[in-house]
Amino acid sequence: MASLTDMPETPPLLRIEGLRTVFRSMAGDIPAVDGVDIEVPKGRTLGIVGESGCGKSVLSLSVMRLVARPGRIAAGRIMFDGRDLLALDEASMRGMRGADLAMIFQEPLTSLNPVHKIGFQITEAMRAHDPKASAQVLKARAIAALKRVRIPAPERRFDEYPHQLSGGMRQRVMIAMVLSCQPKLLIADEPTTALDVTIQAQILDLLRELQGEFGMSIILITHDLGVIAEMADEVAVMYAGRIVERASASRLFEDPQHPYTIGLLGSVPRLDEERETLLAIEGSVPPPFALPAGCRFHPRCPFAEDACTKEVPALKSIQPGHAVACLRAPIEAVVA
Amino acid sequence: MTSAPLISVRDLAKHYPVRKGLILAKQIGTVRAVDGVSFDVHRGETLALVGESGCGKSTTARLVLRLIEPSAGRIAFDGNDITEVKGAAQRAMRRRMQIIFQDPFASLNPRLTVTETLTEPMVVHRIGDDASRRARALELLRLVGLRDFHAQRYPHEFSGGQRQRIGIARALAVNPELIVCDEPVSALDVSIQAQVINLLKDLQARLGLSYLFIAHDLAVVKHVADRIAVMYLGQIVEIAPKRALFEAPKHPYTRALLAAIPQPDPSRRGQVKPLQGDVPSPLNPPPGCRFHTRCPFAQDRCRVEMPKLRMVREGHATACHFAETLPLADLDFRSGLSTTAQMRLAIYENAKKQRV
Repeated sequence: MASLTDMPETPPLLRIEGLRTVFRSMAGDIPAVDGVDIEVPKGRTLGIVGESGCGKSVLSLSVMRLVARPGRIAAGRIMFDGRDLLALDEASMRGMRGADLAMIFQEPLTSLNPVHKIGFQITEAMRAHDPKASAQVLKARAIAALKRVRIPAPERRFDEYPHQLSGGMRQRVMIAMVLSCQPKLLIADEPTTALDVTIQAQILDLLRELQGEFGMSIILITHDLGVIAEMADEVAVMYAGRIVERASASRLFEDPQHPYTIGLLGSVPRLDEERETLLAIEGSVPPPFALPAGCRFHPRCPFAEDACTKEVPALKSIQPGHAVACLRAPIEAVVA
Repeated sequence: MTSAPLISVRDLAKHYPVRKGLILAKQIGTVRAVDGVSFDVHRGETLALVGESGCGKSTTARLVLRLIEPSAGRIAFDGNDITEVKGAAQRAMRRRMQIIFQDPFASLNPRLTVTETLTEPMVVHRIGDDASRRARALELLRLVGLRDFHAQRYPHEFSGGQRQRIGIARALAVNPELIVCDEPVSALDVSIQAQVINLLKDLQARLGLSYLFIAHDLAVVKHVADRIAVMYLGQIVEIAPKRALFEAPKHPYTRALLAAIPQPDPSRRGQVKPLQGDVPSPLNPPPGCRFHTRCPFAQDRCRVEMPKLRMVREGHATACHFAETLPLADLDFRSGLSTTAQMRLAIYENAKKQRV
């Protein structure tokens, strides 16, 4: 496996090896995540890019061990801070959720309980990890956390319900909740997708600032290459359950290798140019129950040849920190 | 453009009363969802309405289609005032203006086959007979890039991008002149977004359609619009030809919107200080300029006097007291795409053309 960092002496906070998460169906096990290797160093941000159905959310739920039946983790190892998460019993895993690894989601309204006040929901998480703290202490800590994520009038917000807050404010509450336990790893699953662009900028700014302050690692899952460029140190591009390219953010934009990565870059409407037509990728992502043989991108790939329909391309290192899973890359060599 | 506009909207407003109490409900306030909006859409033109959630862009679109009734203002379609048309005249008008919705999963009837979905508007408007409608449905499918065998299928058998194509075909069924596109690509994946944007542009060129394009994403708008109107809290704060708006945005809100878009270029990370605060409630909009609570350039005058939308250049209007004296916008949209990346994009594009 290619190392993501140039500093192999310090072990990464999170290392996932050969992860395979499947969903049982009448037609057999359907893989949503199929042989994924990733690393997240301490204090760094790994961006995972991909479209709907590429398995990026199932991957993050697998790390939290929150994959619900009929899904299950069928193979692989998840090493977190020296411990194998898949070997832990449920009680120890529950102790780690929130305290060591935490998660925020795309739609903060559905992650908050509509019948409880904001304050109750923040202190609930704190109480779970610190049962002896008094109500006053918890309240003070919750208000401090709300203030830290720049919620105006936190004392008043403490006694409000989720529906009384705007979308950006709700996401701040989720972040405050996460912060109150100071986890080592934050998994942010499309944290700004449901937000307006000026609010998205505020939330990304806040996440960056908090990362600098607390030194937590972040896994940022998004379909937006702009957000990736803004936030990620390392990037993994996922397609149909597999990683097709992995590189540092600057390398990925400088030297995109996989045809899918190139197609994605071309699909993004840019502000600097005005093309007559955008470079769309033809077709759509295959559903996990009808995955094509060989390279899973081959039916949509303009460079696919016979071998691509049969052989599964391995994720190969092309230089330190940059790996790509394509038989045809770099593409200038095949057209020359 | 000198020709008469296809659609012309003047001082359009939609106010919703807010009542309290169950039986003897008293009005305690008014939500000014749309508050005095004026614009024209010319034939073959795309006017984009952009703004954040709650700015009134979708309400404006629905007002234009007369799906909801305006509280004030006039709407003219092809020279005729349609603000109050009813009955047969209204139906005739509706044939000429159609809508494409944001969510392709919610906007198709799951119990109808594609053919039924596509022929229904023709039945409603009594166009053709059964056989000609079916033939037209097949023609529409091909027009939006689907195949004949899709005709007998149900919506659940399609992906999001394909469903949006069906929604577009349905809008085209009655040969409209204006199509209101209400966030037509926001619910789609990036690679699919590009397909649908390309399709919409292609159809416009072939059929001479006019679009009123509602969006929150200025990068998408840059690829489809001819002119852009930026809305904030129910009002248009700036309206200009696309190029002018991107090259020299005059309103501080437009600038903030442009600056907030994350660029796919890691070397420019963290350069932009985001706009602070949230959009105020339209139930109680701030006095004076509605943007003054978040505006980095706000002065005393902005807090009391509401700025009027006024021309600052040919075809370029903005509602800011200080549009002329603001420091120049410091926006940098250079792609930052490396030469390697650009070369590979070109190779990809070529290879794609050769495969088709």
